Amino acid sequence: MSTKRLIGIFAVGAATVAVIAIAGLVFSTMGTFLVKGLPNITWQLLSEAPRNNNTEGGIFPAIYGTTLLVLVMSILGVPIGTITAIYLNEYTRAGAVMPRVIRFAVNTLAGVPSIVFGLFGLGFFVQFLGVGLDKTFGNTEAIWAKPALIWASATLAALTLPVVIVSVEEALKNVPQEMREGSLALGATRWQTIWKIVLPNSTTGILTGSILAIGRSAGEVAPILFTGVVYSLPQLPDGVSSQFMHLGYHLFVLSTQSPDVDKTLPLQYATTLVLLMLTFTLNFAATFIRSRIRSKQFR
Amino acid sequence: MEQVTTPSPEQKHSFVRKTNNIGERIIERCVKIIGGVAVVLIFLILLFVLREALPLLMGAFSQSQTAQSTAQSSLSDTLNLKPEVYNPDVILSEHQAPEEFAPEVYNPDVSVPTTIHAEKINNETEAEGDHITLANILGTVWQPVSTMPKFGIMPLIIGTAKTTFVAIFIGAPLGILAALYAAFFAPRRLREIIKPMVEILAGFPSVVIGFFCLLYVGSALQNLFGFDFRLNAFVGGIGLAIAVIPIVFTITEDALSAVPKSLLEASLAMGATQWESAYKVMLPAAFPGVFAAVLLGIGRAFGETMIALMATGNAAMVSASIGDPVRTFSATIGAEMGEVIWGSAHYSILFFLGVLLFIVSFTLNAVTELFIKERLAKKLQGG
Repeated sequence: MSTKRLIGIFAVGAATVAVIAIAGLVFSTMGTFLVKGLPNITWQLLSEAPRNNNTEGGIFPAIYGTTLLVLVMSILGVPIGTITAIYLNEYTRAGAVMPRVIRFAVNTLAGVPSIVFGLFGLGFFVQFLGVGLDKTFGNTEAIWAKPALIWASATLAALTLPVVIVSVEEALKNVPQEMREGSLALGATRWQTIWKIVLPNSTTGILTGSILAIGRSAGEVAPILFTGVVYSLPQLPDGVSSQFMHLGYHLFVLSTQSPDVDKTLPLQYATTLVLLMLTFTLNFAATFIRSRIRSKQFR
Repeated sequence: MEQVTTPSPEQKHSFVRKTNNIGERIIERCVKIIGGVAVVLIFLILLFVLREALPLLMGAFSQSQTAQSTAQSSLSDTLNLKPEVYNPDVILSEHQAPEEFAPEVYNPDVSVPTTIHAEKINNETEAEGDHITLANILGTVWQPVSTMPKFGIMPLIIGTAKTTFVAIFIGAPLGILAALYAAFFAPRRLREIIKPMVEILAGFPSVVIGFFCLLYVGSALQNLFGFDFRLNAFVGGIGLAIAVIPIVFTITEDALSAVPKSLLEASLAMGATQWESAYKVMLPAAFPGVFAAVLLGIGRAFGETMIALMATGNAAMVSASIGDPVRTFSATIGAEMGEVIWGSAHYSILFFLGVLLFIVSFTLNAVTELFIKERLAKKLQGG
């Protein structure tokens, strides 16, 4: 009896320790970056371009590049994800082959390492689509066949497609079947029902999906390594075919490849905090909207 | 609840009016085509990563026999093909093996290649294909940038295995135990804090985790265990564990909550304590799900790039020690792809590593999807 009790204490203790360890991890990382980063965040940092080989000045181009990147990504990715979700939820039967295959593909896509997406972006978008576009338009110098913002965005759109699909599908499922039936019974076609009834009632879900996708992709560095990001730029990107700076990549280069790492340490902490703020704000917004949807549930 | 609102397939389609509007028909056709984009994407990823790796594979498996004999005679031609030789001071002597003249091209301006450039590269690829033999790929030295490049992926395999092992060894138990705690031992208030906390952890960009390991974990572990190197497989493994924990936690939690409550109630009614019910009834019942969680965790640790790049030390070493720096597959791609000539042998082998990564992640996912999930469903319905 006493040994059994001991095992019990040990079993519950181990689980408790695991939770405490995870909590410690979260709070120590967050605390560290808050304490070290907050004093270094100044208006100058947020608004100015880097100076002196990125060792001084601000990180504005990186913030600008990251924002532009995720915006173009959502423009490319969200419609496709939404349409896929509509197809899965409105046009297919639950047990049919096609939706099962698509769901399998979506889950697989979610598990593909992000660096493989980077290779895909380089091999498909840059080397195939880009070269093809240049040939079609007869460009003598490479305009599209080089790493660029549009290709990095497209790569990220492919990476975040599962996030959008899952999120929108959940929203579509939350639209009560009676509303569809009512619309169909009044003589509306299926597309009219989707366009006028289902979609307007799931806009928040689409919004959540986009925000989650942006939150996920804002911190991803591996997929954009070879598809468009650069360490420093003479001017801000002026179109989708130019290269861009990125917060995560900036942090990576500053902390691993800069000649004097210690000198830029304040800059690194500040960049980290800005990046964390960006992703957390987005994630919290998505969680908030999602919990609102769930609590409503169309009474 | 779900059962009531979801109509059976026949119902769902019976009362739909067929549209006569051509515009709507076109739209619906488009929806159906775009709906398959995820499937197409999977094929495209495999196809285009494979396409760039193909020159190497062809060279490795068909030309490896002839490489030695032909290369000697075509030595001068080979040299003429290379416009930018990394080490032009190498004096040609008859003793040198032909491999030594493999085009060690190092061009930092690869980001702006032209179409002319691309053609040039294609020529080089053919010449270089000769030098990549199967023995070279399976060798124990990874030295892609040297006068005699060696593309042995052995150290990379060992490095990836080491970090993945550490990550799973630390991350999986923490994730599973935390999920058990959240499901069975935590007071309700605490439970509502644990989940968002893990979500915060999941929201950490990997470059930030890598930065954290680089700055703090490395030094801390060196002081603790007295490692020779500040950044090593263990530090990288810990970093990867941070990325793995949320995945394992979330999937385990889902699996545990999918187990019918009646099992827990029956166990408690039989006089078992809370921990006995949790560990001996609920955890075994959810086992396929837990296994899936660990598999997907392995997939994440295996493919994670930025943490591995920043925290493992990045030295391709063959060693059994966990305190030595290592270089993983993904980190190799991430570190070297930016500096290679497009189309070179080095470029191809990096894509080849990408193919391996894709195959492993695909297999892990397929196993969880097709095998484990069905098993879990069967087990819970039947049992």
